[in-house]
Amino acid sequence: MNDVQSSPVEQRLLNLLGGTLLSLAEAMGRVVILTRQTLYWLKSAERRTVYEQVVAMGVDSVPVTTLTSLFTGMVLALQTGFSFRKVFNEPIYVGTVVGLSLVKELGPVLTAVVVAGRVGAAIAAELGTMKVTEQIDALYTLGTNPVKYLSVPRFIACVLSIPLLTVMAIFTGILGGMVIAVYRLAIPMTVYMNEIKGIGWKECAHGVIKSFFFAAIIVVISCYKGFTCEGGAEGVGKATTSAVVISMVLVLVFDYFLSAILVSFGIG
Amino acid sequence: MIRMEDVHKAFGSNHVLRGCTLDVEDGETLTVIGGSGTGKSVTLKLMLGLLKPDSGRILVDGNDIAQMDEEHLSQVQKNFSYVFQGGALFDSMTVGENVAFGLQQLGQHTPDEVNVIVKEKLSLVGLQGIEFLKPSELSGGMRKRVAIARSIAMSPKYLFYDEPTTGLNPIMSDVINDLIIDLHKKLGQTGVVITHDMNSAYKISSRIAMLYQGRIVQVDTPEKIKNSTDPIVHQFVTGSAQGPIQMQLRAHG
Repeated sequence: MNDVQSSPVEQRLLNLLGGTLLSLAEAMGRVVILTRQTLYWLKSAERRTVYEQVVAMGVDSVPVTTLTSLFTGMVLALQTGFSFRKVFNEPIYVGTVVGLSLVKELGPVLTAVVVAGRVGAAIAAELGTMKVTEQIDALYTLGTNPVKYLSVPRFIACVLSIPLLTVMAIFTGILGGMVIAVYRLAIPMTVYMNEIKGIGWKECAHGVIKSFFFAAIIVVISCYKGFTCEGGAEGVGKATTSAVVISMVLVLVFDYFLSAILVSFGIG
Repeated sequence: MIRMEDVHKAFGSNHVLRGCTLDVEDGETLTVIGGSGTGKSVTLKLMLGLLKPDSGRILVDGNDIAQMDEEHLSQVQKNFSYVFQGGALFDSMTVGENVAFGLQQLGQHTPDEVNVIVKEKLSLVGLQGIEFLKPSELSGGMRKRVAIARSIAMSPKYLFYDEPTTGLNPIMSDVINDLIIDLHKKLGQTGVVITHDMNSAYKISSRIAMLYQGRIVQVDTPEKIKNSTDPIVHQFVTGSAQGPIQMQLRAHG
């Protein structure tokens, strides 16, 4: 029988690969546990803390979300108008393109990305600071479950706020598109509005359903990064950065899979 | 009474506790001394149930908390209160809200009763009328006293202090020492303190336990620890660089 000995280089490579896979699997497991615990404590949320979080996450995100979606709608109408004019000699279907893009994709995704940057960073930094200054341990010793006290209100607030912000972003984007369509591309308002009215409830549901999942992704990843933060100010910085990056990437990845699933169920 | 029996605890390859056995009698203030990284904080967190031992038993009033499920453990933990090294005050809340937090979560008192208790506990630690300040507006010593007030607000049976005098000037350290003694007299709680400040340990303790390489090497009254013939204890309490305890001076020595 031949003994197969691996070389040190092979061992190091295997260690690197195996170690990365193991830590990834562990992190995924912990995220699932945190999600389960958050859902378990969902009913015990205090109305006052949820309200405070809705204000901090939702209401305070209104200006940035409005501005982003307004200009996105405007540029979308402009590009569609000029491109279609080149192809068809007429700026046709501007309302349909702007409306469908915003309702199904840009509304939910852009809102999620903007909120991930604003709210995800705030959650990870706040919980991370609480972790490194032992405030999370202090909650335990004062008879309070940190998931129940910190994660649950943020989860509820995020899942309530982001779909509402998404709906608002869609309306603002369509409005921005309309301004450009009417005043820059000389499309009659009734034509634009008739195309928008042609968008069915299934398309709307498609966008809004996705935004619920995006909200859950952002809040769970950010809370997880905050709770597992280690190593002082540097650790808080790293946790914040990775919370934003991971939740943005996951939003985009899940966007594809959620869209595929929803379309296969005939929604949108 | 808290009893640790042959407790082992390792973090990866770092074997922190190697058969730690220690009794904390009711009503006493026991201080655990030892160098950095010898497992003092781990010992305290094991007693509190924040960590689980790899082997051994931790009995709190006769019940092994290492084997308990979350629900029973949280019942036992209601008897505990912990004063963190940095205070760990919630900086989004005022001092008053911090002290009231545990009571509010317990939900057994009306808001008026909570206010009375908060005022009473703050005056016990010598800080009347600062309920509306934020923790960031307080000095280090005041933060520590607020942390103590927050801990005693729940009227715990066992009070744990993690290095209560670290980072304070000598006078403020003595103020905290006096406060711990005074509270112990007034409230009669069982105290467990970890520290490497020997002046504080001599002053506040009923007994002192020396932790070295994951085991308790001696438990005795402050007087006997002061005059101990054990070379390890003697070196530590006299603060000598020469002796059996070799401090690691480099990270990768």
